[in-house]
Amino acid sequence: MARITMRQAITDALREEMLRDENVFIMGQEVGVWGGTYAVTRGFYDEFGPKRVRDTPISEMAIGGAAAGAAMNGLRPVAEFMTINFAFLALDAIVNHAAKVRYMFGGQMKCPVVFRAPGGGGRQLGATHSHTPDVIFAHFPGLKVVAPATPYDAKGLLKAAIRSDDPVLFIEHHTLYQIRGEAPEGEDFTVPIGVSDVKREGSDVTIVAYSQGLQVALEAAEELAKEGIEAEVVDLRTLRPLDMDPVIASFRKTFKAVIVEEGYRSYGIGAEIAARLQEAAFDYMDAPIKRVAQFETPLPYSRELEQAALINPQRVIAAVKEVL
Amino acid sequence: MADYIVMPKLGFDMREGVLNTWLKTVGDRVKRGEVVAEIESDKATLELESQVEGVLLKILQEPGAVVPIGANVAIVGAEGEEIAGMNGGAADESKAPAEPAAEQKEKQPAAPEAVAAPSGEAVSDEFPAGVRATPVARRMAEEHGIDLREVNGSGPDGRIRKADVEAYLASPPAPALAVAPAPAPGVVAFEPTPPPTEGVETIATSKLRQAIARRMTESKTTVPHFYVTTEVDMAPALALRKQINAALPDEQKVTVNDLIVKATALALRDFPNLNAAFAGEQIVRHKQINVGTAVAVEGGLLTVVQKNTDTSTLSKVAADNKAMIGRARDGRIKPDDVEGGSFTVSNLGAFDVDHFIAIINPPEAAILAVGSARQVPVVVDGELAVGTRMKTTISADHRVSDGAEAAQFLQAFKALLENPLRLLL
Repeated sequence: MARITMRQAITDALREEMLRDENVFIMGQEVGVWGGTYAVTRGFYDEFGPKRVRDTPISEMAIGGAAAGAAMNGLRPVAEFMTINFAFLALDAIVNHAAKVRYMFGGQMKCPVVFRAPGGGGRQLGATHSHTPDVIFAHFPGLKVVAPATPYDAKGLLKAAIRSDDPVLFIEHHTLYQIRGEAPEGEDFTVPIGVSDVKREGSDVTIVAYSQGLQVALEAAEELAKEGIEAEVVDLRTLRPLDMDPVIASFRKTFKAVIVEEGYRSYGIGAEIAARLQEAAFDYMDAPIKRVAQFETPLPYSRELEQAALINPQRVIAAVKEVL
Repeated sequence: MADYIVMPKLGFDMREGVLNTWLKTVGDRVKRGEVVAEIESDKATLELESQVEGVLLKILQEPGAVVPIGANVAIVGAEGEEIAGMNGGAADESKAPAEPAAEQKEKQPAAPEAVAAPSGEAVSDEFPAGVRATPVARRMAEEHGIDLREVNGSGPDGRIRKADVEAYLASPPAPALAVAPAPAPGVVAFEPTPPPTEGVETIATSKLRQAIARRMTESKTTVPHFYVTTEVDMAPALALRKQINAALPDEQKVTVNDLIVKATALALRDFPNLNAAFAGEQIVRHKQINVGTAVAVEGGLLTVVQKNTDTSTLSKVAADNKAMIGRARDGRIKPDDVEGGSFTVSNLGAFDVDHFIAIINPPEAAILAVGSARQVPVVVDGELAVGTRMKTTISADHRVSDGAEAAQFLQAFKALLENPLRLLL
């Protein structure tokens, strides 16, 4: 199988689904003629035409609202926010409309929309364009939140998201577009939403991560292995619905956990995982559960300061050694 | 508002105390911090200081009562204050949410003398079951019937972790301990002797006597001791001591034992296995060298511990030991005086003994038994002469150390005393 980039995996998923289902269409800023800010939809405008690859005005409220409305009327829109930071402007469409209509209309109406949103820190985009606000969206029932970390998962999960009858926020970490990995081709390939995945087996400590944090965790695990410490790395892949089973199974084996997330620690993914772990496996705890997260500051523009505020393998290694 | 005086926790492993004597009577004024009673833990006689201020309204525990820590022993309040609603059972309700407290108040509003026996184990007010342990360690201890107080914790602040319980389970004596229910404090696992008939006198064992019985039985039955003896030429050390003491006032004088303790500590630096504890899969080597000195006290013995003995000056060792031994003999020992030891010296030199062997003071790995320094015939350069010699025997835990190591330790110890200027560095 060819080793493709995560960007290519996302492009392939979109293209396969558009070929499979004519109700699937793309909308967003610069997605058409320009081919997408991150070049994910390059060539789509020529292949599928202006009706199915629609450039929109610079209005996230309009993109979110129109996409939710189109989905309620039977289409399967894939709406792209240029970055997840701008999705704040569309919170009402995402949270109050897309995530609620099926419930509020007693199932008479569904909203099969996918919101794609690149995000995260590490590219010197300044404090307002570098958020990792995944947890804000994962807070609300009714919205599925997917955040893959490998080309395989990105492709399979995006296809599953497009086929889902519920609204899905699909978060693409913009530092991961270039990473390479295998991803199967063909209509049948999907990765189920809401299933966590053990990415590396180990017996000494459980590292829970997702998205870019997974790559940090895997690097840390390789370094730890050189010292004879075998970390098990669990990739959440989906933040809602959250699949704790592999996390709990791993913790019951290792008795120790470190949770890695790029977002802020307070009220974060790590807090949620830690709380669920102690509820489900209190009698298996052998050390405090540690969280590795972004420092609680607006992300600096300076490269050195930005890198210092973000997570890295050294911080994960230090946290692991604290619990061992 | 009236409040309780409670049995304090005055030592790391203190679980209960005996109320020996009340120094105050009902109606007396007491200040916060004032000594109101003498209590006895299994290590020492201690002073019970009032935690509250006011007039002593009621005594809830009579002399001789065994009281769990945290339990109420007296009520203090304003003169003439109504205390009928209070009782002497549970401790502070906010600390111990004892379910009967509220009920009892309703059922027996005017019966404060109905002192409810505290149910179950006395616990530390700090941690469940009196120990700092992780949830998985607690679960394993429960499954295997282990008393976590027996397990050494290797985690932060001595927290007992899974690995510590596993090490405990793997250690040879553990199964026996795990199978037999942990003896209650003061109960030694001997066949009870037949009830006394005639011609005998029975004496109730003190807490201290019970503690000695329990710990020495545990040591001699579970720790495989071996013994190595050597003889030290004490003439140089005694000469040095004479020289030092000539320059010092009486209260600062250095004893032979101080020299021995200091030499022990310096020698231990090169033998970490003897400054250690056996913990199953692990040998726990102490980073600090804290040499204890066994002190004979009324009804038993105590070990007073000189912290960081190897880095303490000889004058500090002398001053500290003098103060601690004084407190031990006066029954005023402080918990800190007797805790933290990593090696013990037992010196019977003052009693004109040739030599003897001692039982290891668990969980330490070794103990040094010191006889008298006495004048004996010695052979020097083929001629008979009079020398000063002292015999000393180390008892060591064979699970941690071996004969050659113990012998090398004795060589180092001997060399330090025979060339004693290094004790002053």
